[in-house]
Amino acid sequence: MKFKALTAVAALMVAMPAITLADPDDDTLVLNGETEMVTKAAAPAHMEETGIDTVMSGWHFRNDDTQAMQADDFDNPGMLAVESAIEAWNTVEGEAGKSCASCHGAAEDSMKGIRAVYPKWNETAGELRTLAMQVNDCRTNQMKAEPYKYDSGPMAAMEALISVQSRGMPVNVAIDGPVQAIWEKGKELYYTRTGILELSCASCHEENYGNMIRADHLSQGQINGFPTYRLKNAKLNTVHGRFKGCVRDTRAETYKPGSEEFIALELYVASRGNGLSVEGPSVRN
Amino acid sequence: MKVYALTLAATLAAGAAFAGEVAPADVVFNEDGAIVASLSGVAGNPAEGAKVMTNRGLGNCVACHEVSALSDAPFHGNVGPSLDGVGDRWSAAELRSIIVNAKVMYEGTVMPSFYRVSGFTRPGDGYTGKAATEIAPLLTAQQVEDVVAFLGTLKE
Ligand code: HEC
Ligand code: HEC
Ligand code: HEC
Repeated sequence: MKFKALTAVAALMVAMPAITLADPDDDTLVLNGETEMVTKAAAPAHMEETGIDTVMSGWHFRNDDTQAMQADDFDNPGMLAVESAIEAWNTVEGEAGKSCASCHGAAEDSMKGIRAVYPKWNETAGELRTLAMQVNDCRTNQMKAEPYKYDSGPMAAMEALISVQSRGMPVNVAIDGPVQAIWEKGKELYYTRTGILELSCASCHEENYGNMIRADHLSQGQINGFPTYRLKNAKLNTVHGRFKGCVRDTRAETYKPGSEEFIALELYVASRGNGLSVEGPSVRN
Repeated sequence: MKVYALTLAATLAAGAAFAGEVAPADVVFNEDGAIVASLSGVAGNPAEGAKVMTNRGLGNCVACHEVSALSDAPFHGNVGPSLDGVGDRWSAAELRSIIVNAKVMYEGTVMPSFYRVSGFTRPGDGYTGKAATEIAPLLTAQQVEDVVAFLGTLKE
């Protein structure tokens, strides 16, 4: 009995190093040969209890070819979606007869710094808004047009256009004041072990980043690079689309894109990346 | 003595479904956290066990563990320790327990429970993302026994 217990402890200790060692690379992401991006940063204060002292972009966990694709806008397939979103930005839609440009002018100016601070509390509406919610709010209330489907291609493209205006700026979402309770809820979801496989976001992205799960090199599951162009499905992917896929892979009933749960989770996950550069649209496998 | 009594209880409880098969809810762990009785009553087949361990839809054990004897299957992960030599480190009863419900031996482990049907949060229907209507264990009783048999062959 004693002996068995000791064996278990020994096995546990053997297992430990594999769990704490992380091996992301040390490359530097320089965008278009000009802008040096912050892809590793001191972890924000609220992460002290996690034992993670450095937060890292998912870029570090991808292979050299994928990394290079993101470093050059001519090679980044996500930039094609940005082109199509520029068109959408200037296109009049809906009964109000307006385009985004009618009110916001050039995205290069009006959308600078926006991605970095979303999800953000909207005082007038009294709600936390993700970027997707804000875009749809403008579409429905300002333009009297149909909303985009939450995790659709056009939404991902518009998010990419808005993200591009903040590339290189540090993610800086607020987690206190009116959003604190939502942030706490997001945190709880992050640590909830779901599905028949009973895995939480933390099981893979906190306890095991740097390790391999089958052929996948686990990153910290950061969202500073969203929307992400994935080579696997050859399209831009939204934050909630990605969350959904990860929850599904625990053999769980997923939450819906745009749901209260995913909005709260997005705020929490975004806050774990405070300090990293906005990268969207990034390239991942 | 204790072990004997518990095993007997398990055998009796199992009765209903398949003769000689212990249902997930009726599995009995002894005071060391091990499961002494075979779940199926039929000796495990190591060759079948090897298949279960590499099959993505079944055990998919190599997603998290390196196993030199299974190097034919691509992409072994390293979330868990290498399983080389586990046949020396653990008895069959202990290995059975680790597969059935690793949380008994390793509190809080990320390793899934392969023969359990309750206690889940938002259980899904396979990888569909939809809610489960009924929950089957990840492995059948016989598949667990087959994996136990295969792990028993992993000696240094
Ligand atoms: C009729 C004018 C109007 C149109 C058309 C319009 N918006 Fe807006 N937009 C606003 C106003 C007003 C605000 C500030 C709203 C608020 O704070 O609730 C805003 C806010 C935003 C914000 C948040 C800015 C911030 O500082 O947080 C984004 C992003 C945005 N709009 C995107 C878009 C996009 C994309 C479109 C086109 C699909 C669009 N808007 C169309 C009027 C408009
Ligand atoms: C079974 C392990 C597993 C679990 C559990 C899991 N993920 Fe993931 N996740 C992955 C893998 C594998 C990838 C792709 C490789 C990588 O970036 O880690 C990934 C990628 C991501 C990415 C993309 C990162 C990037 O840089 O593009 C995000 C964001 C993410 N996960 C968030 C989550 C969240 C939030 C949860 C909890 C709801 C979660 N994941 C649960 C395995 C997991
Ligand atoms: C999601 C990852 C994961 C999967 C899938 C997984 N395991 Fe594990 N396993 C672990 C971890 C992690 C440990 C180490 C225990 C701990 O410290 O948490 C472990 C421990 C073990 C041990 C004890 C190892 C030793 O050296 O003492 C055995 C045996 C084992 N697993 C067998 C299996 C088998 C068989 C399967 C498939 C039916 C499997 N595992 C699937 C993660 C996993």
